[in-house]
Amino acid sequence: MTRRILDHPILGKIEDDNYVSFTFNHRVYKGLENESLAAALLANGIRTLRHHEKSGASRGIYCNIGHCYECRVSVDGQQGIRACLTPVKDGMIVESGGQLQTPRIEDGGLENG
Amino acid sequence: MDNAIIIGAGPAGLTAAVTCAEKGLEVVVIDEYMRAGGRLLGQLYEEPNGNWWNGIKESNKLYKKAVDLGVNFHLNTAVNNIENSNGIWTIYTERDTFHTPSLLLATGAAEAPIPVPGWTLPGVMSVGAAQVMTNVHRVKPGERGVIIGVNVLSAAIAMELQLAGVEVASLTLPKTNQMTQDSGKPKEVLDSLLHVSHMAPSPFIRYGSKLMKNDFMKKFGVKFYPKKGVKMWDIPIQLRKAVTEIYGENEVEGVTLATINADGEVVSGSEEHIPVDFVCIAGGLYPLAELAAVAGCPFYLVEELGGYVPLHNERMETPLVGLYVAGNITGIEGAKVAAAQGRTAGLSMAHYAGMDELDGEIKNSIEWTEQTRDSAHIQFHPKIEAGRKKILKQWDAYQSNKERSVVTNRQGGIT
Repeated sequence: MTRRILDHPILGKIEDDNYVSFTFNHRVYKGLENESLAAALLANGIRTLRHHEKSGASRGIYCNIGHCYECRVSVDGQQGIRACLTPVKDGMIVESGGQLQTPRIEDGGLENG
Repeated sequence: MDNAIIIGAGPAGLTAAVTCAEKGLEVVVIDEYMRAGGRLLGQLYEEPNGNWWNGIKESNKLYKKAVDLGVNFHLNTAVNNIENSNGIWTIYTERDTFHTPSLLLATGAAEAPIPVPGWTLPGVMSVGAAQVMTNVHRVKPGERGVIIGVNVLSAAIAMELQLAGVEVASLTLPKTNQMTQDSGKPKEVLDSLLHVSHMAPSPFIRYGSKLMKNDFMKKFGVKFYPKKGVKMWDIPIQLRKAVTEIYGENEVEGVTLATINADGEVVSGSEEHIPVDFVCIAGGLYPLAELAAVAGCPFYLVEELGGYVPLHNERMETPLVGLYVAGNITGIEGAKVAAAQGRTAGLSMAHYAGMDELDGEIKNSIEWTEQTRDSAHIQFHPKIEAGRKKILKQWDAYQSNKERSVVTNRQGGIT
C-alpha cells in the first residue's frame, strides 16, 4: 500500500520520481532518491525504526527534523544515524537497533529494575 | 574580503545570506537539514486575498537567489560547537571547521512536547513532523489521526493534513498534569484560540472573538461549549475532551478520549476509545537557542516571545561582538517576520564588515519588520509586541550596566 501523496490539490503532482532500492532489516524497499530515510520507510508502511536499548519498546520518528534522536538507525554499518536527516541512496543498507543485553551484576554491571 | 557565516537556512538565514552577498560579503550557510528553507518548506496556507502561501516555492526562490549570488551552502551539516577567540568565531561541524569575524545564528524554533501516556509508540509524532512528512516529503503520516494540543500551529496543520487527504478525527486537549499545565485547561486554550478566530469559518468561534472579551464571558463560553465540539474546516475541535492515553501493542492503535470540565478535570466514566493510526502532539514552539548559550550570550525569559531568548537589539546584534541573531531564535513569529529580521541582520553584518552608509537601510529594514509584524496573518503569541519591548528594555539596561561597570573600574583603578 502506498502512503505517498502523489497528487496534491495545491502542491500538484510529485515531479521527482527517481526510485532507488535500499534494504531495511534485510528486506528490499524502494524510496525516492534523496528523500529522507524516515519518509521512505513510512511510505512503505514502516513505523518502527528501532527498539529502546533498555526496555526493547518500539520507537519511531517523533520530531522528523533532527532534534529528538528517536529515529536512530544504522546505515551501512554506522550506528546512531538519524533517519529523518539522511537522504536515501541506492544500495543503502539500513538496520534498526535492538534491545541491548543488560550487564550482569557479577560482571560489574548495575542492577536494572 | 571579509566573510560571514550563517547557521540556519530558513527564511531568516536565507534572507540574511542574500543581503550579505548583495553587499559583497563572501557568505557560507550551514544547515543540518538536507534541503534549504527550514520550516518554511512545510508551510501551506490560504492568505486572506485567496492566494496560497506555498512554503516550498518561497524556499526555492530564496535558495536560488542566494546560490545565484554565490552563497556557499553546506547542507546536511550539523554544528556541534562555536567559540570566539580574538574576535574570530570558529564553527565546528560534523565535517569542516569554519572561521569568520561575523556569525549569524538563525536556528529557528523547536517544538515543545506534551508527554501523554503512550507517547513513545511509533505513530506518535510532533505536529511539525506530520507537516514535514505531508507537505515536504509528500508521505502521509497515517490514514486517520488525532491532534493533541489546540493552538495556532496545530489548527493550521490540521487543515494541511486534511488538504492532503489525511483524516483528522479530532483536535483535542491533553489531560492536565504538571507537564501539560495550561494546554490542558479549556479556558486557557479558548483564550489563546480567540486570536486565531479570524481564520475560522465557524460562526461560533468568529462570534466568540467579539463576545468573549471579558473573563465572565470566557467562562460562560467554555461552560456552554458544546461537548461534541465545533468544527473548523470540518475538523471537530473538542475543548471539552482530553486524551488520557495513547494505546497500541507495537504502534499506535487508538486513543482514549474523556470528557473534561472547565478546569480540565476528567469526568470519570466518560472515557471512550477512538481508533486511529497516528497521533500528533502540538505543544507549541520555543526559540532554539543552544548555540547562543554555548557562545556565552546573555539570556532572558520572555514568555511573550515563547521562552528564553538571547539578548539582542533591533539591529539583531547581541552583546557579543560579531554575533547576530534573527528569526525564531529571537521569538516565535511567522516566516515573513523572520525574513525581515534576516534582512536587518544581513545589513548589520555588512556594516560590521566595514560597509559605510548603511544606517538608512538598516532603519528602513527595522521599520519593515514592524510593518510585517503588524500585518501578520497568523500570530503565534498575541503579546509579541510587548515581548519585543521587554527584550529591548533589557538590552538598554545591559548596555548602561556595562558602561557603569567600566566607570566603576576606572574609578577603582582596577584594570
